[in-house]
Amino acid sequence: MLNDSDRIYKNLYGQLDWRLQGARARGDWDGTAAILARGRDAIIEEVKASGMRGRGGAGFPTGMKWSFMPKESDGRPHYLVVNADESEPGTCKDRDIMRHEPQKLIEGSLIAGFAMGAHTGFIYIRGEYYNEAQRLQLAIDEAYAAGLLGKNASGSGWDFDLILHRGAGAYICGEESALLESLEGKKGMPRMKPPFPAAMGLYGCPTTVNNVETIAGVPTILRRGAAWFSALGRPKNSGTKIFCISGHVNNPCNVEEEMGVPLKDLIEKHAGGVRGGWDNLQAIIPGGASMPILNKEMCDTQLMDFDSLAAVKSGMGSGAIIVMDKSTDVVKAIWRLSKFFKHESCGQCTPCREGTGWMMRMMDRVVQGKAALADIHLLEQMTTQVAGHTICAFGEAASWPIQGMMRAFRPQVEARATDYRPLQPVAQAAE
Amino acid sequence: MSAQVEVQTFSFDSISQEAVAKAVALYPPGKQMSAVKALLDIAQRQMARLTGVAWVPQAAMDAIARHLGVAPIRVYENATFYTMFNTKPVGKYHLQVCTTTPCWLRGSDDIVNACRSATGIASFGQTSEDGLFTLTEVECLGACVNAPILQINDDYYEDLDAVRIEKLLDGLKTGGALPPAGSTIGRQTSAPIANQTTLLPANGQAE
Repeated sequence: MLNDSDRIYKNLYGQLDWRLQGARARGDWDGTAAILARGRDAIIEEVKASGMRGRGGAGFPTGMKWSFMPKESDGRPHYLVVNADESEPGTCKDRDIMRHEPQKLIEGSLIAGFAMGAHTGFIYIRGEYYNEAQRLQLAIDEAYAAGLLGKNASGSGWDFDLILHRGAGAYICGEESALLESLEGKKGMPRMKPPFPAAMGLYGCPTTVNNVETIAGVPTILRRGAAWFSALGRPKNSGTKIFCISGHVNNPCNVEEEMGVPLKDLIEKHAGGVRGGWDNLQAIIPGGASMPILNKEMCDTQLMDFDSLAAVKSGMGSGAIIVMDKSTDVVKAIWRLSKFFKHESCGQCTPCREGTGWMMRMMDRVVQGKAALADIHLLEQMTTQVAGHTICAFGEAASWPIQGMMRAFRPQVEARATDYRPLQPVAQAAE
Repeated sequence: MSAQVEVQTFSFDSISQEAVAKAVALYPPGKQMSAVKALLDIAQRQMARLTGVAWVPQAAMDAIARHLGVAPIRVYENATFYTMFNTKPVGKYHLQVCTTTPCWLRGSDDIVNACRSATGIASFGQTSEDGLFTLTEVECLGACVNAPILQINDDYYEDLDAVRIEKLLDGLKTGGALPPAGSTIGRQTSAPIANQTTLLPANGQAE
């Protein structure tokens, strides 16, 4: 188990003072100017060497992402955008950072902004996090008042402004290009890529979008060194990660652990075990709603990091672990996710707009016992016509839960097949 | 609230005007459209403050479009795309119950039923006869380790069960104020309710 001394978020649970004074006592803003004095390239190299991979879900190497930003401005400003639109079902880690460790995020924003040549950063927080936004704004105000943000931020010689932008309820705004559209005052509909945000992002200017947990981890990495961070976890999957353990466990909780921790250990040690014991486990979604579900046999030995989960055709995603015991109707649990994706499809691409509604209705028929075996196979085949055929990865996100269910629970799903035949073909467009 | 009078005119009051000016000033010159969600939110809060009903009438959207110098459709499309803007009036207390899988696993069906029986609302999207409550089904609120969650106006009520939600709503029906937000079982935010394993006071962590 990770030692508390190796945890980045000492105030994850809000037991200590979240305000600037308390944050400073925990080491935030210690020698920030000296970190910036190392220079852009040195900071990016250190982050690369740490092995930090994006904590929002995709796991893209953070230092490499930053290096895509133009070295010199062509006259256009550069922007840092922090993705705080935490909406992936099961995920509630960024919320704790913003309400309990806001200065880590603010300091990380300054460092990341400097490393990519940005004088302005935006934090896009989901609208429902009203109280969290109020607190984060107070923390930003405190940082300004102490000279840590603004002109000559933290005495570094770098000017940096940080602006909090509230969303208003749309899962898709967690997709980076949809987030940028939303930040510009439009509907959150993803953009075609290329051009990528590093070339043309917010207001057509070079932009990098990073998750809250990624940015908030940066100051500690630079203070303690890349070697410290990369020594934790497993090769190419280094560092610590906040896991959100929800569902059928005795003590649901957030916990920061080492990457590569066995899934079983994580649940048994920190979350009080599965309700009714490990043998009462039926299934786990290991990385938020869009990541394929695992059955118990897969969970017994699974390690929690990007590559270990990719090896079983699932993913660590945002680190949200949704546990289901034997009392759960797994098909219904996945149907509810299909309903979620149908509700949250932005409607831009036809395969997704129509496909998510179709998948939801087919899943509903399986739940109701109104699907023949051929229907189930048609549903499975249909998911491949949505995934990969849309502008953004939402098509995959909506398809993977069903594909994962078929991989991990095929006998159970097929056992739900009946000889049901509708009286006449049902043609129904998306609502 | 079917007999709601159509709002013909809308203008930002002095409290809102200050907030509007602050919101627009956050963005670079010429990029004031970035403030559209903030302005819709300010308008909705003004309606709640002045009429007791949080919603955005079309007259308010038109006022925002004039203020930002854009075609009204640019505001309408924002107001209808994002779920937090109420384009129809809602009750004084907007009950937004999360039923997505993590909450469903922890008993959100019970929360929905408790909300229904306490308010007399038959189905989602409706407002109680006394105009006090509107019940809305929402997707994941992002507080899943504290499931099940009910959001009332701006606040999250966490770790709920049917008994506690009925008590909470009964309090509101008899004119009580909203209780403090957060866990309803006295949990320390997202920490385990028992047997905390990390960041323990013994390790010099707590105050």
